[in-house]
Amino acid sequence: MIIQALAFYLFAGILSLSALAVITARNPVHSVLFLILAFFNASGLFLLLGAEFIAMILVIVYVGAVAVLFLFVVMMLDINFSDLRKGAMQYVPVGLLIGLILLIELAVIYQTWSLDAITAAASISMANMGETTNTELIGANLYTNYVLPFQIAGLILFVAMIGAIVLTHRSRPGVKRQKVAQQYARQRDEAMEIVKVTPRTGA
Amino acid sequence: MNSALLDIGIHHYLILGAFLFTIGVFGMFLNRKNVIVILMSIELMLLAVNINFVAFSAYLGDLTGQIFTMFILTVAAAEAAIGLAILVVFFRNRGTIAVDDISGMKG
Repeated sequence: MIIQALAFYLFAGILSLSALAVITARNPVHSVLFLILAFFNASGLFLLLGAEFIAMILVIVYVGAVAVLFLFVVMMLDINFSDLRKGAMQYVPVGLLIGLILLIELAVIYQTWSLDAITAAASISMANMGETTNTELIGANLYTNYVLPFQIAGLILFVAMIGAIVLTHRSRPGVKRQKVAQQYARQRDEAMEIVKVTPRTGA
Repeated sequence: MNSALLDIGIHHYLILGAFLFTIGVFGMFLNRKNVIVILMSIELMLLAVNINFVAFSAYLGDLTGQIFTMFILTVAAAEAAIGLAILVVFFRNRGTIAVDDISGMKG
């Protein structure tokens, strides 16, 4: 139990500190790297909670895809970040106020609320899992009870992919490309020329 | 030793989630001009929500929370991709990413 508590406080502490570093770092590249650290620690917390599959997905999807995407964009765009920080301090008081109000509200909710209040039966019970692993149970439910949301999630990703490609694709002038339709539409008359060559005249 | 500190319950995770969410909200105010950091703050807030979901899932013995965490991950990935694509297009057109310059729709 002590080891579990120590692991929780280690992961939670590093997660909170790196989250703070994400929003306060001067260099956005450092922000992205701290975001990656935060995701690793969150996946450690998920492992503590017994959600192995979600932990691995978090590392693969967030660190492997989303954070790397952020890193690409931050490094690709030539932005003067020091200009962006000018005048940022005037928003700090109102931000602190809103953050504090939010934190106090959540703290009040958690003070007065207890887990026992929830009496609803578990829709997918993990109580008698036996030898079944977390991943197996997720797979068995995701592809049966949640097949429609799963397909819709795929559709959302598909639309996002098309949107990102359409948005960022640009056709620059002066680039030579193969025009397949024009190639196929070419007739023999425009492609070939029959020349009558008289013999012994040269050229 | 205080056993409430060492006995990790759902409240510990919920407080962590609340703290992380608050950091995300505060980050949006702290970096009002920098869209990239605002997008990262949104990712932090989604991570806080995911922590809540998985904590409830673990302590209620109900797998539904973990399945919904995966859907949140999906939406977060799509949102990051689209947001960064819009950012790249905006930077190409204007040469800056300061969000307070985006007032073209005001007329």
